Formats: sequence, structure tokens, C-alpha cells
Amino acid sequence: MPDNPYLPYPVRIQQIITETEDRNLKTFKLGFLNKDDEEQFKYIPGQFCELSMAGKGEIPIGIASSPTEKGFLLFTVNKTGVATKYLHNMDEGGIIGVRGPLGNWFPWKEMEGKNVLVIGGGFAFTTLRSSIVYMLHPENRNRFRDITLVYGARSPGLLLYRKELAEWEKRNDIHVHITVDATDDPDWPYNVGFVPAVTEQKIKTSENSYALVCGPPIMIKFTQPVLEKVGFEPERIIMSLEMRMKCGIGICGRCNIGDKYVCKDGPVFSLAQLNELPKEY
Amino acid sequence: MSDKVIKKEELPNVLKILKETYEVFVPVKEKGFYRFKVLEDENKVDLNFTNTRLSPKSLLFPQSERMFEYSLDEADEDAYVIKEPPKDYAPTVVVGMRPCDAKALRLVDVNFVNPEFKDPWWARRLESLTLIGLGCKEPCSTCFCTSVNCGPFNEEGLDVLLFDLGKNYMARAITEKGAQLLKLAGVSEDATSDLNKQAEESKAKAEKQIISHVPTDKLKEKKAIDLFDASFWDEVAFACLNCGTCTFLCPTCWCFDIQDEVNKKKGDRIRNWDSCMFPLFTLHASGHNPRSEKVQRVRQRFMHKLKYYLDKYDNGVACVGCGRCVNYCPVNIDIREVFKLMNET
Repeated sequence: MPDNPYLPYPVRIQQIITETEDRNLKTFKLGFLNKDDEEQFKYIPGQFCELSMAGKGEIPIGIASSPTEKGFLLFTVNKTGVATKYLHNMDEGGIIGVRGPLGNWFPWKEMEGKNVLVIGGGFAFTTLRSSIVYMLHPENRNRFRDITLVYGARSPGLLLYRKELAEWEKRNDIHVHITVDATDDPDWPYNVGFVPAVTEQKIKTSENSYALVCGPPIMIKFTQPVLEKVGFEPERIIMSLEMRMKCGIGICGRCNIGDKYVCKDGPVFSLAQLNELPKEY
Repeated sequence: MSDKVIKKEELPNVLKILKETYEVFVPVKEKGFYRFKVLEDENKVDLNFTNTRLSPKSLLFPQSERMFEYSLDEADEDAYVIKEPPKDYAPTVVVGMRPCDAKALRLVDVNFVNPEFKDPWWARRLESLTLIGLGCKEPCSTCFCTSVNCGPFNEEGLDVLLFDLGKNYMARAITEKGAQLLKLAGVSEDATSDLNKQAEESKAKAEKQIISHVPTDKLKEKKAIDLFDASFWDEVAFACLNCGTCTFLCPTCWCFDIQDEVNKKKGDRIRNWDSCMFPLFTLHASGHNPRSEKVQRVRQRFMHKLKYYLDKYDNGVACVGCGRCVNYCPVNIDIREVFKLMNET
């Protein structure tokens, strides 16, 4: 971070990829304007940034690229409010700012030597993409045992990173279970069903495992009992929360849950930690 | 450094010397209420006030502050690049700050300057500031500072503490910064032991005059989640209008918003005081709001002050007992009652 933690690094939009058929999700590939900034920017999967649009404001967005991918950052942004709408209408070559990396990360040290189950739903798959790319990198793959992915969306056209999903599906060092709530495509080669149901079908053991779970509240609500049933302890069910944020560094006061600031003490929490906190998120 | 004496008739002269080196703030009466303003005429300084209506937090943390600026003109080479404008941090003295408000700055400091991140504007202003406090020899009925690790002559956060002793002020340097300031202002006459005794008596008398007390002893051991789920919140919040007066006046409320403002091709990023009393404070862009109900917001304010802060920083509760929120709440919500409910139920 620069001396002033509120000051964003200037970056250029190198590429914009429309991810979903409803065109509400786009991935922005960003490159630093200054080489020094790029060298200073060291992140770990699970962290996020404030994307900073001059004249519009800032938005907290998870980092979708992996630190093993050099020379750019990826952010996948859902078009929702003023700043995201503006960003969606920008062109390649445009200048924005990036402030970060912010927050904590998935428990990589603790997950070493363990099986990692990744469960994602809808567009809450960005830092999970970062995590999978990170784990599959030749330098890191041996640090983890079996890697399993369950990822679902409402329909095939709403899945993120479809090309990569197809590539992961062909690999033998990751088990991939893609699913959609429903489809009218008779040739759909993957699963049909809600994420919790597919998880129940495919995941039979929690032995020596961690689960990273990101998705809409309804998915998390029904996935949690499935994981508990196969024996996942609350300490090993890891989630990432969203909250309205401004400063991103635990100072402006709005994103607290109890005495924790989601921006600084989170966004990653274990279920055990969340059980100790007020249900106010 | 031993305690010094300033004869009251010499005070204008002392202020005049300070004015040459520092920007000096003093309490000024305006429309019936006191507030801190830049010293204009040292002969008209009036220190016979109870306390300022607004807390002096805005001296370090302005209600609205420009953080950054940028150009939106494509013709500019640095269009859209966000930059920090130069700012003036001239040495500043505040004369007459009440001990509770000085202590409040210490409580807020752990938020703005923490081991991971330092708020540059708060930190630079704090460095440039020297605080001359004025002990409260006549505390008011809503003061409860003595229950919250503070007191009418509390020294924490101050550089100099003044005791009003009739014809004289006794000046006690608390920090090296304060000692330097007294030296610069030509305050060199040592206080006599008699004056010292008078000061101690004045302090003891004021402490005795504080009749409002709140219990805090069980707050630490209680579980936050149990207090959060306590049954009394609906009753506490019932009359609340969510007007935000309490957070506006509170010397330990620090929440802020960040907004971009654009005029033609120039833009500024600004931070403004915000309040947990407002539903927009936590409203997500998606429409989801974790604190959409009034009772949730009222609970947040008290839980933050009396429990979350206590647990997070191990620095006591985030309340100095100044009584502003008690005095100015339009529906008479009384934090002293909430202390009792939280500590005792």
C-alpha cells in the first residue's frame, strides 16, 4: 500500500470480457500504469480491492486473478449501482484506480496437505477462481491433496469463466462438478440441480478437508447442513462475506459485524467465527 | 516541570504570544452556544463556559474534508488519475478544551492510527496540535465522566491542564510539548504550594459534585452475542427518531462516508461525517440492508460504544461521560440508562 492508504494506484483497462448472457457480469483485466506500483502490489487469494472511478466513487470487489498470473489483475463486476454501471460502460484503455489488496485471505497455511472442497454459486465465484488457479499452478499443486469443485448457476449462460471451467473439467488433478438450476439444452453435458443437492450427491467425506463456500445466502443456508452431515467442522467451513464498505481499512466504521470489520478482519471467516458473532449481515 | 501560575489579567498577553507561532482556537459564544473558533481578539476571550455544544473533534476530523482531487478532462495528461492535494498543517493550539473531550481524542486515535493502517490526515493534524485543557470546576448534572475512566481534571490527551483558581490559573504541563509551549509563552512563575493545595481542593470538590454514575464493571465479561440478543433493545429504541444528533455531537463518534463530487471537468473525493443512525449507512447496492430496522441501528450505536469497542481495543468503553447525547436527544434517550441495562441485565 502507498503511504496514504486511501490513495488508489492508477490502472488501465486492458480488456473487458462479457461473462454472462444477461451481460450483467463483465471481467475487467487491469494493468498498472506504474511499474513500481505493480511490484508493490502483492496479494493472496481471498483478498479484495476498492476499484476507484474518478467522479463516481469506489466499490469493493474480490480479486479474481491469482498471484501466479503476472502482469495484470482481474475483477469480475456485477452491474448493480452507480459505480458498477459506469464501469460497465467504460471502454478498453480507460483509466481507473485500484486500492488494495485489502482484507484477509483463505487459510492457505492451514489448508496445506489437506483436501480442498470449493463450493461456489452464481457470481460469487471470483475469489474462488483465484483460489483454483492458484492451487492448480505447478508451484502450488503439491501443497494440497484432492481438489474438488462444485459450481452452479441458475442457467448455463450465467456461469462465469466457462472456458476455464471446461479446461478444468478435462484435467485429472481437480474433480469438477458443474451444475445449473435448470436448462432447456438437451445436450447439456453437466449436472442439473441446486448446489446443495449436487454437493450432497458428490461429496461423501470431510476427512482431512477444508471447504471454501461462496454464494448467495440461500445457497449457503442449504449447503451448510449438507457439509455438517458429512462431518465438516465449523472451523473448516470457510466463507467470504460482502458488506457495504467505504474505506476498506477498518476505519470508516460501517461494515462491522459485532467487533469485527468485514473489510479488515474479513472478508474471510470460518463458520466457527461467524457462530460467535451477531447475525447482522 | 513544576506547576506554573498565569494571572488572569495576563492571559490575553499569553494568547497574543501564542498567536505569533500558532493558530489559536478558543471557545466563542455564538447564538447562545459555545464552539471552538480561531482566536481573533485575545482581550475578549471568555473561558466561563460549561462546554461547547459541538465536540471539538472537528478540529482533527472536519465534518467535510477533501481527500483527493482529479481532472476529468481528456486533454489533461493525468486525466482520471486520483491525486492528493497539498494541505496546510500549521501548528495549532486549542485553549480551554474540556478533559472529557481530550480523552475522547485518545479513544478515537486507536481507530485512526492502528498497527496496520494510519489515517494520514488525522495523524498529521494530531501532531500539529497542542491541547491546553481547562479543568471543570463546576461540572453539570448530566456529566458522568468519573464512571468511565475520566474526570473533571483528567489529564489524558492534554498537553497542559489549567486550573481556574479565582484570580489565577494554575498551569500544569503534562507533556513535553506542553512544557515547551508554556516556555514559549513566557509562563515561568512557579505555583506556590498554597496555590497547589487550592488546585487539589478544587479538583476534589468537582469530583464530588459529579452525582451521575454509570456501572461498567460487568460489561467486559458479558458475551457480545448475549447483549446483542438482549430483550431490552426494543424499549431503548422505541422513541428514537434516528435523527443522528447523538452521533453528530458525540466526541467519540468517528464514522464517515466517502463521496466523489464533480464540477465540470474537475472532481474531488470528499469524506463526510456519517451516522450509524441512518439506514443508508449499511444499504448494499443490491438493496439488502443488514441494519434496515431502527432498533438494529440504535443497538449498533450502544453496542459499539459500550461493548464492541471495549472488546476490540481493551481501552475501556467509547464514552467519556460528557453528557451531550443526554442533553440534546430530542426524545430523551439516556445512555446512562443503557449502561445500566447492558451492565445489569
